[in-house]
Amino acid sequence: MSDAFVSLAGLTLSYGETVAVPDLDLDIAEGELIALLGPSGCGKTTTMRAIAGLLTPARGRIVIDGEDVTRTPANKRGIGLVFQSYALFPHLSAFENVAFGLRLRKRPEAEIRARAEAGMATVGLTGFEGRRPAEMSGGQQQRLALARSLVMEPKVLLLDEPLSNLDARLRLDMRNELQRVQKDTGITMVFVTHDQSEALALADRIVLMKDGRIEQSGPPAELYAEPATRFAADFMGFENIFGVEGPDLVSETGRLPLGYPTDSPILAWRPDGVAVGAGPHSGRVTASSFAGGHREYVIDCPLGRIKANAPIDTAEVPLGRDIAFDLPQATARPLAA
Amino acid sequence: MSRLATWLILAATLTFLIGPFLIVIFAGLSAGEALAFPPQGLSLKWYAKVFTVESFRASFALSMFLAVFGTLAALLIGIPAAYALNRYDLPGAETIRTIVAAPIIVPGIIVGLALLRYFVVPLNVTITLALFVTHTALVLPYAVRVVSSSLNNLRADMEEAAVILGCTRLQAFTKVVLPNIRGGILAAFILGFVASFNEVPASLFLSGPGVRTLPIDMLSYMEITFDPSVAALSALLAFMSVAIVFLAERLLGFSRYV
Repeated sequence: MSDAFVSLAGLTLSYGETVAVPDLDLDIAEGELIALLGPSGCGKTTTMRAIAGLLTPARGRIVIDGEDVTRTPANKRGIGLVFQSYALFPHLSAFENVAFGLRLRKRPEAEIRARAEAGMATVGLTGFEGRRPAEMSGGQQQRLALARSLVMEPKVLLLDEPLSNLDARLRLDMRNELQRVQKDTGITMVFVTHDQSEALALADRIVLMKDGRIEQSGPPAELYAEPATRFAADFMGFENIFGVEGPDLVSETGRLPLGYPTDSPILAWRPDGVAVGAGPHSGRVTASSFAGGHREYVIDCPLGRIKANAPIDTAEVPLGRDIAFDLPQATARPLAA
Repeated sequence: MSRLATWLILAATLTFLIGPFLIVIFAGLSAGEALAFPPQGLSLKWYAKVFTVESFRASFALSMFLAVFGTLAALLIGIPAAYALNRYDLPGAETIRTIVAAPIIVPGIIVGLALLRYFVVPLNVTITLALFVTHTALVLPYAVRVVSSSLNNLRADMEEAAVILGCTRLQAFTKVVLPNIRGGILAAFILGFVASFNEVPASLFLSGPGVRTLPIDMLSYMEITFDPSVAALSALLAFMSVAIVFLAERLLGFSRYV
């Protein structure tokens, strides 16, 4: 608590009568890169807007760098925000977009020029000063929006779905760019995403949210390997999740003998964790597709659909044939109810 | 449909649209004493006479004043109104939009009568003030609608971005919103100007001794003097409107906004 740079305590956020986030506690260390991860409607964007000051909390406190900013208006908070749509000013040149905040602070012209130029250089946009946002590509617009926030030297930089509007190659570039900027400036960053792969690749710590509450929080590797709940496991790619009843796995459609003891009420396997070709169970192949390094099977069995990945060097089992499989204890992830 | 029929329809349409305009231009070029078409001989004397008629000069000045300042006043009310309707989830916003559009729908003659009976007479306001209020109200719908449509194209998060960078709400409006709806505001001004300048029905009720808008003054001039100067003046006014709209189209692509 004492070393938290950003601290949200008992934060309750609502839109009119609708409570989007009830009673949220979250501490963020200085220089940390946090991902607020969750499906749409989980309260991640609402939380980010509250940190920015665009939304006044119904209850609770927001402390940034030792200062209670709960009632501080957005324009005095010293926070940067890169919008999902970038929200660049179309009537201004790229340079003037970056200089916008500095001009508001009435800095001397020489300082504005130097800092805006340095800001554009940081994101690799030197030479684009005279362009209008409409004359720039999506990736360039995003970097411009990033530069516009960074030149203000904010205490915290918030990013709303920073990679979602970019194509696959630009995503990778931008991801590296964000990591580099974060490493160079040491700035505290909070970004919002619904894409678990983005969160895993970029964040120091993932805060997984559901219905306005924190479902689980931890380093990417921990969330990936050890999700605690059904929701977290589902979000982290455990596509086979079943309840345990006595000696059996159960689902809505049927049951299957587990074959080994467990104390967990729920067990989950990734498609990679399901062994195919041999094992005590058997089911019918209803879908099969080549995915480069492996083959993806969908197997119909009494539990319903099992998703399994088979090594590419094994012989393909044709559609409609039966295939043997195992749900091994070694790859089973026990979950809380 | 045959080619011939297509051409006939096109020709008929153009005749109805441009025909009256041409008739008025040529009627004003007459050398004769009475308003007639085809003109009797050709001369520019009626075009010259227009500028010497004292009442035309006074009413032109009044119409100009109403068109410019009435439209400016309508924008002063209309821009914040459009902004509020667009950005805030107001209760009854739909109703407000309908009411704002009312002056376009309600016949001007009713507006004029109502204003005369319940505004001018009981409150004893001057005709000039009454005309100013009326023209402002009549132009307001154009201001709200045209500005609204350009606000629709402007994302609200741009203002939030400006606020996060240090703007107050008002600064965000003046530094980010206004520059980006400038075209719409100019379009609304031109549309309002033309609508005000050409307004007849409501202004008909609001005339007093020596206080008339130009179209009303032309009507009463014709009742007494039936010479071609009214045609000449009409042609000049039509040219003025065409020139304004043409310039607006060339300078800012006016037709995008209407």
